[in-house]
Amino acid sequence: MRFIRSNSWLLFLASFLAIFPLIIPTLSFVNIVSEMLVMALFAVSLNLLIGYTGIISFGHAAFFAVGSYTVGIMLQRLSGSLPLAIPAVLLCAMIFSGFAALVIGYFCTRLSSIYFSFLTLAFSQIVYAIIIKWASFTGGDQGLIGGIPKPPLSFFGFPIDMTSPFSLYYLIVILTILSFFFLKMVTDSPFGWILRSIRDNPERINFLGINVKGYQMIVFIISGIFTGLAGGLMALHLSGSYPDHAYWAKNAEPIFMIMVGGLRIFAGPILGSVIVTELSAYLSSYIQMRGLVFGGILIIMLMLIREGLLDVLASRWKAIKRCNL
Amino acid sequence: MDLASLFSCLGSPGCILGQVIGAVIIAMVLFLVASGLSLILGVLGVMNFAHGSLYMIGAYFTYTLMEAFGNFGLALFLAPIGVGIVGIILERFFIKRVYGLPDLYQLLLTYAFILVLDDMAKLVWGIFDLSVPVPSWFRRPPVTIMGTIIPFYYLFIMLAGAALVLGIWFFLAKTKFGKIINAAASDPEMLMCVGMNVPLVYTSVFALGSLLAGLGGVIASPLRSIVPEMGNSIIIESFIIVVIGGMGNIIGTFLVALLFGLMRSFGILGFPFFELAFIYILMAVVLILRPSGLFGRATA
Repeated sequence: MRFIRSNSWLLFLASFLAIFPLIIPTLSFVNIVSEMLVMALFAVSLNLLIGYTGIISFGHAAFFAVGSYTVGIMLQRLSGSLPLAIPAVLLCAMIFSGFAALVIGYFCTRLSSIYFSFLTLAFSQIVYAIIIKWASFTGGDQGLIGGIPKPPLSFFGFPIDMTSPFSLYYLIVILTILSFFFLKMVTDSPFGWILRSIRDNPERINFLGINVKGYQMIVFIISGIFTGLAGGLMALHLSGSYPDHAYWAKNAEPIFMIMVGGLRIFAGPILGSVIVTELSAYLSSYIQMRGLVFGGILIIMLMLIREGLLDVLASRWKAIKRCNL
Repeated sequence: MDLASLFSCLGSPGCILGQVIGAVIIAMVLFLVASGLSLILGVLGVMNFAHGSLYMIGAYFTYTLMEAFGNFGLALFLAPIGVGIVGIILERFFIKRVYGLPDLYQLLLTYAFILVLDDMAKLVWGIFDLSVPVPSWFRRPPVTIMGTIIPFYYLFIMLAGAALVLGIWFFLAKTKFGKIINAAASDPEMLMCVGMNVPLVYTSVFALGSLLAGLGGVIASPLRSIVPEMGNSIIIESFIIVVIGGMGNIIGTFLVALLFGLMRSFGILGFPFFELAFIYILMAVVLILRPSGLFGRATA
């Protein structure tokens, strides 16, 4: 109960997202909010590593792609329409990407700092190479085209038509909000505090008898599982999986969201996703300026504040509270 | 798998020679980019993601200089210097401010450079493929050895490349400036104490690294089509070479670049399916078994 009270902003967010399509029932709005939520889940999962544990994965696109292709391939090949096909494939997406994170994490967590980033990058490029080369299974560089069939979801006997973007929107809202709750719980738990201390002083934590590599590996797997869920939801949202999902440049997008929104505050990447997704939708008509604007913003932020928006707000807020004492 | 074509090639000396020469050409361009990257990583400790973009700019500068003067020798001289100046600007105004900060900031900053530089190239030179003709001086009848036709420009690249490998090695290992660079890599504070201007050393190392990437771009420009994204694949390959070869180790970088070229040119015959993944697996194995690189000195 106390947990829910202290995280009431998530409930507000959930109820706002639930009501909002009833007020503005336009397709474009629902689409952009779906994308924001999915990318926010990607960014929040990645921030578990970057912001909380202090290890930088440049290869999370691999898990995003594993989730995305699991959903795409399974739904395209699943004959007939099982009543629970969509939840089942999303669960598979989480399991497979979790397994991929177990394998990749086993190797990568043996290394530290820049080498860790290198190795995650290398593994994600292996996944990318497999997707490109195994064209008979993944569709190669075209991606899984022809759309992904979305069988109706049976909810207590009521079939819900999942081909409608609105019902898909609600599915995305429910799953991302639940994931945010779970991930917030992880970061607030003693486990989460050990992660922060690993970030701040890994040697000392090692001396205390805590298995640093083991903790890094567990958080890597958790992060991979939810990144995979985000990938699966993205495949449903786009009705397709593309090799672009595994490309290393894709991974920079959530990192950018984390950097803009804030990396020490749980909601930072969510705000970052809202800003970045909105900005890139706005810039889609000036496609050639996109990198210039994003890169420019990133450089300015790195030169001037070196923190995300919510980090700045939080430290201001703490300073104000200290003055009142 | 297409082992039959690999073995049939291995059976004929002419085919082997052709593939080896192809490998050396790939390796030369990779070596130039990777050695600059390795120098910057080894001395400044900055992983410069934008190094591929500097290579791309080198190729575009060559295009513009060739359009303006039509003289490849001039481009070979001026384009790398231009890229070196771009490097100085990047280091002096931006990268300087993130030394000593967590890796994340350096990675993000140089990543931001890729976005900005690629888009600037699109704005200045357009999004379409450009090409630089093979310089007129090299348009001579190709040399034929054992039935394999070798374009004259390839011979030039091989000779110039060999000279560059030796030159860079000599510069770093034998000259005074090279020793200062080595000292800056191992103990910048001590170097500062003996009265060296370390920030200036850092800037010159970054400029030198950029110049090498630009040189790679110049040499590659008659061979490949020039597009704004051309830096994105070479940066990953160069990173792998630096990691396998060991940071700051020029000879190691060269040998691994050569290995990379050979794996590419023979791998595409025998294992077209795995050719891409193969090199990443090699890197993963090397990183796990010998994190300091195949030719790197083990660090404490």
